[in-house]
Amino acid sequence: MKASILSADEMRRALTRIAHEILERNKGAENLALIGIHTRGIPIAARLAAKLQELEGVDVPLGRLDITLYRDDLSEIAKQPIIRETEVPFDLDRRRVVLVDDVLYTGRTVRAALDALIDLGRPEGIQLAVLVDRGHRELPIRADYVGKNLPTAKSEVVKVKLQETDGTDGVELWDLEEVQAAQQ
Amino acid sequence: MNALSSKPKHLLDFQDWSAERLNALLDNADTMMQVLDRPVKKVPALQGLTVCTVFFENSTRTRVSFELAARRMSADVVSFAAGASSVNKGESIRDTIEVLTAYKVDAFVVRHQAAGAAHLVARYSGKPVINAGDGRRAHPTQALLDAYTIRREFGTLEGKTVAIIGDVRHSRVARSNAELLPKLGAKVILCGPATLLPRELAAEGVTLTTDPREAVRNADAVMALRLQQERMDAGYVGSLQDYARVYQVNEDLLAFAPNEAVVLHPGPMNRDVEISSETADGPRSRILAQVENGQAVRMSTLYHLLVGRA
Repeated sequence: MKASILSADEMRRALTRIAHEILERNKGAENLALIGIHTRGIPIAARLAAKLQELEGVDVPLGRLDITLYRDDLSEIAKQPIIRETEVPFDLDRRRVVLVDDVLYTGRTVRAALDALIDLGRPEGIQLAVLVDRGHRELPIRADYVGKNLPTAKSEVVKVKLQETDGTDGVELWDLEEVQAAQQ
Repeated sequence: MNALSSKPKHLLDFQDWSAERLNALLDNADTMMQVLDRPVKKVPALQGLTVCTVFFENSTRTRVSFELAARRMSADVVSFAAGASSVNKGESIRDTIEVLTAYKVDAFVVRHQAAGAAHLVARYSGKPVINAGDGRRAHPTQALLDAYTIRREFGTLEGKTVAIIGDVRHSRVARSNAELLPKLGAKVILCGPATLLPRELAAEGVTLTTDPREAVRNADAVMALRLQQERMDAGYVGSLQDYARVYQVNEDLLAFAPNEAVVLHPGPMNRDVEISSETADGPRSRILAQVENGQAVRMSTLYHLLVGRA
């Protein structure tokens, strides 16, 4: 690992700040919905929903989105074409949807998520919340809520670790070569 | 090595397919069912690819199911019906396929009356090929949709028993199911008159019987096979009435099956021959579910074969 970017406490504070920003921008939580993108966007969305409940006393509906069928980089998933569940158990029409992911990088995942969402219904608006924005956009996409802006090199990897998926909370910066070597 | 890492290029039969990959294909069919329930029943996963259905033998429902499946995945579809083609002028399969390949088709779905024809297409096209039925040899997507229908019903195939009753000898559906279901942990009982029950199909997980009551006794699913009436003249069965009296899947026979057993039929049905109308339309019937599930299974098959090959 090259550097620790966010500790568990810093991550918690970043998500609390995002929850406040969501409420401020939307003037409350009415007609709001949170949709997490597989994999780590889902627990982050759940944590934001819990914070909104804590702050506003409102249960914001929560959905999960798998964007595999909408990706434009099919060769990347050739070996493991496993599609996970998309579950949006509420009507999207006339809702303001906050799409949630862990890291914003090229923007291709978000583009695919926007296509997938629009096929599911017609939200009044879609906003984007990410824990880390690491730059290197290949599409004209930007986040409305960012936990941490992190200038990175393409030869680096941002690892977001969450209790729900990894047993611990934190954001780390790694060298791509180091990560690839560990995977072999 | 990951069990999913060796990826078969074709679906001709199940020889090259591991249980893990077959289960992954069925898992993804669940997602495809979700897509079919949405207002927009289409995803862009295969955008820019062209699927060619090549049917040397007629089959409207299988062809429509494949074409809709490909379109739901945003592939372009071109349909080649041999009856209205140069095949009638003597063109060989090889020439036909090479011409279609030159049109930059990305995958073939092939039906042919001769066993092995899909293998031939695979050899000459160099593109992924899905066997949509070749002679009496194999019809893998039908077996997959049967397996998927049973899995949806009971949550698993592990330990389930499937009785397949009828003209087993001439059925590619029975052969494909006998190959697939034991691979996924289910038992198969093939049942029919001795003249229509080739002994060589007995294998691990596959037993044979001429007694339909014995076949259904512990069955979770009972599949009726079409009696191919052209066999009547060949002396395989005495008369339609004799055949139906013993082998028809009907309420009398199902009285010997467990209460929760469901009924399947690959279609097209000869009502009141191999299956009674009452049973085909009754509460145990999952025949229309098979049709719906077939589209999702074919979407998943196309996805597995074509993803990453663009």
